[in-house]
Amino acid sequence: MKTFGIAIKIFLVFTILTGIIYPLLITGIAQVVFPHQAHGSLIVKDNKIIGSELIGQQFDSTLYFSSRPSAITYNPLPSGGSNYGLTSTKLKNQVADRKKQFIKLNQLNPATEIPSEMLFASASGLDPHISPEAAKLQINRIAKARYFNNVQKQKLKTLVEEISEGPQLMCLGESRVNVLLLNIALDKLK
Amino acid sequence: MFTTYDLLQILLFLGLLIGLTPVLGSYMYKVFTGGKHIMLPVFGWFERLTYKFIKVNPDEETNWKTYTFGLITFNLIGFIFVFLIQMTQAFLPMNPAHLPNVSWHLAFNTAVSFMTNTNWQSYGGETTLSYFVQMLGLTVQNFVRAATGIAVLLALAKGLSRKTTDKLGNFWADLTRSTLYVLLPLSILFAIFLVGQGVVQNFDSYQTAHTLQGTSQVIPMGPAASQIAIKQLGTNGGGFFNTNSAHPFENPTPLSNLLEMLAILLIPAGLTYTYGKMVGSKRQGWTIFIVMFILLITGLAISLYAEYAANPIFGHLPLMEGKETRFGITNSVIWSTSTSAASNGSVNAMHDSLSPLAGMVAMINLMLGEIIFGGVGAGIYGMVVFIILTVFIAGLMVGRTPEYLGKKVEAFEVTMAILANVITSFVILLFTAWAAVSTLGLSSLNNAGPHGFSEILYTFSSAAGNNGSAFAGLNANTVFYNVLIGLGMLIGRFGVIIPIMAIAGSMAKKKITPPSSGTFQTDNWLFIALLIGVVIIVGGLTYFPALSLGPIVEHLLMNNGITF
Repeated sequence: MKTFGIAIKIFLVFTILTGIIYPLLITGIAQVVFPHQAHGSLIVKDNKIIGSELIGQQFDSTLYFSSRPSAITYNPLPSGGSNYGLTSTKLKNQVADRKKQFIKLNQLNPATEIPSEMLFASASGLDPHISPEAAKLQINRIAKARYFNNVQKQKLKTLVEEISEGPQLMCLGESRVNVLLLNIALDKLK
Repeated sequence: MFTTYDLLQILLFLGLLIGLTPVLGSYMYKVFTGGKHIMLPVFGWFERLTYKFIKVNPDEETNWKTYTFGLITFNLIGFIFVFLIQMTQAFLPMNPAHLPNVSWHLAFNTAVSFMTNTNWQSYGGETTLSYFVQMLGLTVQNFVRAATGIAVLLALAKGLSRKTTDKLGNFWADLTRSTLYVLLPLSILFAIFLVGQGVVQNFDSYQTAHTLQGTSQVIPMGPAASQIAIKQLGTNGGGFFNTNSAHPFENPTPLSNLLEMLAILLIPAGLTYTYGKMVGSKRQGWTIFIVMFILLITGLAISLYAEYAANPIFGHLPLMEGKETRFGITNSVIWSTSTSAASNGSVNAMHDSLSPLAGMVAMINLMLGEIIFGGVGAGIYGMVVFIILTVFIAGLMVGRTPEYLGKKVEAFEVTMAILANVITSFVILLFTAWAAVSTLGLSSLNNAGPHGFSEILYTFSSAAGNNGSAFAGLNANTVFYNVLIGLGMLIGRFGVIIPIMAIAGSMAKKKITPPSSGTFQTDNWLFIALLIGVVIIVGGLTYFPALSLGPIVEHLLMNNGITF
């Protein structure tokens, strides 16, 4: 019985310390030091939330750069991947279909090597990035759909370069382009 | 393609791990042996106040039974609390998404999951649990169960280094010190860093975004960073969001990814050094470190080979299914190897979509009982089980009474070590067999063919090893799986802790024989080779038949281009 009493009391102490004080402390510090990140790195335009810099969105229109395939079509409730194994027939067919579609949509030579992230669904279903190569393959199609002249098309190429990020601190992770940020910048292009 | 740039990232990760081990290890030694250290002026007053409040004298030591009884009682209260707040979350505050009460079987599963340091996710954070449950339930459990693991290790180290006593320390003091001086300060620093990288930390309601193409997208929020920091450091692994550290809000950048991976192994690796110092020989600690390190990089090498190899189904296409662009293949594989080696279970890629052999490496890591760095504390005490078996087998070969650290290893310790080992395999193999032949078990599968069997095998390996990662295609949120996995986690945790505590208690009573020329040394390369051999043979013999039905046959079929 004595042990039970001690256990309850110490449980209370740790619940208050690590379950209330600790998260509140971190929240407090975060509000002061990193308020933008703490609230989800939201992108706000005319008092309306357009999205989050970190959460990918679905783009079906020919006017925009496409995101990666997503098992949840970018609906974050809840996040998720396909969880198909490599010997799944469904996965094999999906990859073949996506390849055909990507080539057709962007009017590419059927022999073009398509970056693999455009053929496979991401882990979270919310991956905000594609590789710079995948973005470059879409430039011609977008320029055509938006009736861009050569100057504008050149600007679009530069834009993709600008928004592309290399590995973080020169040595971590992969080169990537944030599709939502790229498409927002694309809308502003004159 | 695997490039020197990938190799560089791996070396950076491993280098940081080796470099930080003695730094953190000697700090923890000071904390646990009552030395002066940097956090004492900061939290010392809180420690003294805690003892006053619970009316415990921290210097009053107890025997193994009292110690274990305290531990189990404490864990039980955590279980009841987490169970109850899930069942009533709709009536409790801090539930801006108006999530309903959780079903009894899911609440049971999650409560056991967090009590046993497994952090299996039958729940999907953003659609199942309120901020109240995440904070007061899960975050708290992340701290105290990691501290519980450390406490068991401390008791074991004391049992091995003391002579003719039955005192193993004070559970309440060990628990308090681990939390206040190790887990809390590291978590505070790490959580703030994570917010800087983009991890959310707020109490906002879910935000509705009006997307560029004119639809709406509901973006979940919450106090995530504070939980993610401890779930990585405490080898817990239970995510704030459904897809865990693959979710951009849990792991936004390659840098956050590197440090989250490091956090998985940091404390378990540091504890090998602490353990060495506590048993009076740093070499003993480094011996354990080296064995774990060799097993880790072997698994990593096999996984990398499997992920980068071409196969007839997809040709040379990099296998990005279930992986995030910002991490790529190499960082996903370092993570899958580390998280399964340590009993962490967080993921940054979907293990279900890994190539068969990379998935198998993760599975073997789970089956060995999380001894490759392993859970905080749990890794070393699991490894000590294998050490006892190794000295026993070596003793049989040369015909001498086996010894470890000058203590005779006798029938009782060997029985307990075998028990700890067999209990895990019992859960993995029998529960898998049951699920594989019952409709209830098979109706949850997401993949057909051998990969479907792998989903079941992985599930129970994860439960028994208290890991918590998953082949997440399997729908585990059914009565059948929630209850069976819950039982597996309970048996896998306490079926190991109780025999270990019994070993600690019986070792403490023994005399220490000074080493002589005939002593079998447990801190040289010969021993390292023997120990690795025992780990692989015991693991291999027990699980090879099951593995050959799952990942091995899948690998062979894949190489013939066969799909299901």
